[in-house]
Amino acid sequence: MEQDLLMTNLKTTILSNQEVAPGYFRMRILAPGFVTSARPGQFLMLRVLDGMEPLLRRPFGIFRTGWLPADCQGLPPKEYVEILYKVVGSGTTLMKDLHQGDGVEILGPLGKGFELLDAPEQILVGGGIGLVPLFMLAAQLVKRGRVRLLMGGRCRDDILAVTEFERLGVETYVSTDDGSLGEAGLVTEVLVRQLERLPQAAVYACGPTAMLRAVHGICAARDVPLQVSLEAYMACGVGACLGCVVAGAEHTEQNPQYLCTCKEGPVFRAGQLLWHKLEEPRDVCGCNEEEP
Amino acid sequence: MNRAQQTRAAGPSLAVEIAGLHLKNPVMPASGTFGYGEEYAPFFNLDELGAIITKGLSLRPKAGNPTPRIAETTSGMLNAIGLQNVGIDAFMRDKMPFLRQFHTPVIVNFFGNTLDEYGEMARRLADLPEVAAAELNISCPNVKAGGIVFGTDPGAAAEVVALVRRHLRQPLIVKLTPNVTDITVMARAVEEAGADAISCINTLTGMAVDIRTRRPRLANLTGGLSGPAIRPLAVRMVYQVVRTVKVPVIGVGGIMRAEDALEFLIAGARAVQVGTANFVDPGAMPAIIAGLEKYCREQGVTDINQVIGSLKTEG
Ligand SMILES: Cc1cc2nc3c(=O)[nH]c(=O)nc-3n(C[C@H](O)[C@H](O)[C@H](O)COP(=O)(O)OP(=O)(O)OC[C@H]3O[C@@H](n4cnc5c(N)ncnc54)[C@H](O)[C@@H]3O)c2cc1C
Ligand SMILES: Cc1cc2nc3c(=O)[nH]c(=O)nc-3n(C[C@H](O)[C@H](O)[C@H](O)COP(=O)(O)O)c2cc1C
Ligand code: FES
Repeated sequence: MEQDLLMTNLKTTILSNQEVAPGYFRMRILAPGFVTSARPGQFLMLRVLDGMEPLLRRPFGIFRTGWLPADCQGLPPKEYVEILYKVVGSGTTLMKDLHQGDGVEILGPLGKGFELLDAPEQILVGGGIGLVPLFMLAAQLVKRGRVRLLMGGRCRDDILAVTEFERLGVETYVSTDDGSLGEAGLVTEVLVRQLERLPQAAVYACGPTAMLRAVHGICAARDVPLQVSLEAYMACGVGACLGCVVAGAEHTEQNPQYLCTCKEGPVFRAGQLLWHKLEEPRDVCGCNEEEP
Repeated sequence: MNRAQQTRAAGPSLAVEIAGLHLKNPVMPASGTFGYGEEYAPFFNLDELGAIITKGLSLRPKAGNPTPRIAETTSGMLNAIGLQNVGIDAFMRDKMPFLRQFHTPVIVNFFGNTLDEYGEMARRLADLPEVAAAELNISCPNVKAGGIVFGTDPGAAAEVVALVRRHLRQPLIVKLTPNVTDITVMARAVEEAGADAISCINTLTGMAVDIRTRRPRLANLTGGLSGPAIRPLAVRMVYQVVRTVKVPVIGVGGIMRAEDALEFLIAGARAVQVGTANFVDPGAMPAIIAGLEKYCREQGVTDINQVIGSLKTEG
C-alpha cells in the first residue's frame, strides 16, 4: 500500500558548533524541512556518530530554525535547525568536538509541542538549559501580546541566550542561586511576585523537575494554566519502545496510566501529570558539577 | 532470455517460508521494538517488510514497570519495560485497522501471566483471520509471573506450548530466552510440544549501576540486554538450535546491518528479526533488505535459500 511518508532520518551536516558559555554549546545543523515543520516545544533525536558507540540517539529540544542566506552561486536558501546543549556525559562530550562539515543524523521534529494560549499575559519560566524549547514559543507568543521570560540558574554560566529573547521583544528577569547574575534567589520566587501582579497569566515552563514541581505548586494554588516540557530517558523517540513514560494524573497501582514523553509529550498540561511520581532523569541545570 | 538471465534481471529472490507462512523477504521487526507498526509507518512503506511483529500482547492491558526503564550500555541497552501493552481487545479495535492496509503478514507476539491466560489468548487469536501467525513469548525476563518460569523450565515450557498449540489455528512461533544453561534442551522441549517455528533470542538479563548515586540504573534493578553487544551469543545459540530441531529458526539479537543478518542466515536461521537497530535508525530494516539483495548479487546467488544454512565448518 502506498502512503505518505511524513518523516525521514536526515543524514546531514553540521554548519557550526560553538561553546557559548563554559560547558554549553550551540550546534547549527542543515535541516531541510524543519522551518516549516517544527513547532515550539518539539525536539529531535541526534545520532552523534555513525557507529555503535554511543548506540542510542540523544534527544534535544529545538532551539530555533531559520534560513541560511542564499549564497553568491545563486543556490536556493537552505534551512537549518539549532540546538543548545550542555555537556554532561559520553554523547555530549563527543558532540562538543564535532566541527563544521562533520556529518550527523537527526530525526524530527518529534513530539507534541506547546499549545499557544490566548492569555493577556504570557510567562515563560526557564531553568538552565530548560530555556531551549521556550525560544520558538516566545517568537510565536510575542505576536499575540506581552511575553515575560523568568530565567533561573545556579550561576551566571547557566544563563543563556537572554539577549536573543530580548531581541524578540521579550521582557527578561534573570535570577541565579549565587547572585552572580541578576537577582540572587530562585526563579520560582520571581514567578510568585509576577503572578501577584498578573493573575490572568498563562505559564510555560521547562527546567529541572524540582523547579517544575515548585512552579506547578505555585500555578495550581492560583488557578493559573501551566504547561511543562519534560525530559525522560529515550530510546526510539517515536512511541515504539515505551521507555520514556511518565505517570498520568489518573495513574494508580490498580489502574496504571502511563504517557509517552516522546509522543504524548514532551510538553504536557500540568493537569495531565501525577506530580508526586515525577522523577528527574538527571539534573541538567548544575554548575561545575564534578564527574565521579 | 533464459531462466538465469531472467532471475538476474528481476533480482535475486529473497522469499522464504516459515511454517507455511510465505514471506517476501526474511526481515521482520523484533517484538517490542516496533510498537504496533504505525509508529514507524512515517519512515518507510511497511509492505517492504517480510512480516510485522507486534509488541507483546496480553489478555488485559498491562501497565509495565516504573521508570527509569531503559539504560544505554556498551554497544547495547538494558530495558525493563515490563511488557506494557494495550491488551488484545484494544489492539484489535485501535491498532489492527491500521495494519490491515498492508499486505505483509501480521504476527502477534503474546504472553500470559498464568497457564489459563496463555490458553485464553490462544483461543482469542485463533478467531482472528488477520493474524497470520502468533509468536509465543515464554521468555521475557522482566515480569516474574510473565514468563521466566515457563521459559527456563523445559517441562513448563512444553506444557504451555502444547496448550497454546491445541487452541491456535495459525502457525505457532515460540520465542526462547537465552537465560538458560543449555538452550537446546528448551528448543527440543518446545518442538516436541508442537512449536511450528522457534525464534531466538530474547534479551539477556543484565544490570547496570550508576556509580555516582550508587543506585541501579533501572527502577526494576535488572533488565534485558539487547543490541550489538549480544549478537555473537545470539548467533551461537541460533546455530545450536538449528542443529537440534527440524522446525525453522528465526534469528534475533543485535542485528544492525545486512552483514549481521547474514551471519544468522548462514548459521541456519530461516529469517531474522531486527530490534534495537530500529531505535538507532528507523530505516534499518529497509537498508538490511537492500543489503541482502546486494550480497546475493555479489555472491552470484539467485535465491536467499541458498545462503541459509550454508555455514562451512570443515575444510
Ligand atoms: C525532550 C528532551 C529534550 C531535551 N533537550 C535538551 C536540550 O535542549 N539541551 C540539552 O543540553 N539537553 C537536553 N535534553 C537532555 C539531553 O538529552 C541529555 O543531556 C543527553 O541525552 C545526555 O547525553 P550524554 O551522552 O552526554 O549523557 P550520558 O549520561 O552519557 O547518556 C547516557 C544515556 O542517558 C540518556 N540521558 C542522560 N541524561 C538525560 C536527560 N537529562 N534526559 C534524557 N536522557 C538523558 C542519554 O540520552 C543516553 O541514552 C533533553 C532531553 C529530552 C528528553
Ligand atoms: C524496548 C524493548 C522491548 C521489548 N519487548 C518485547 C516484547 O514485548 N516481547 C518479546 O518477545 N520481546 C521483546 N523484546 C525483545 C526483542 O524482541 C528482541 O528479542 C531483543 O531485543 C534482541 O534483539 P535486538 O538485539 O535486535 O534488539 C524487547 C526488546 C526491547 C529492546
Ligand atoms: S522513547 Fe521510545 S517510546 Fe518514547
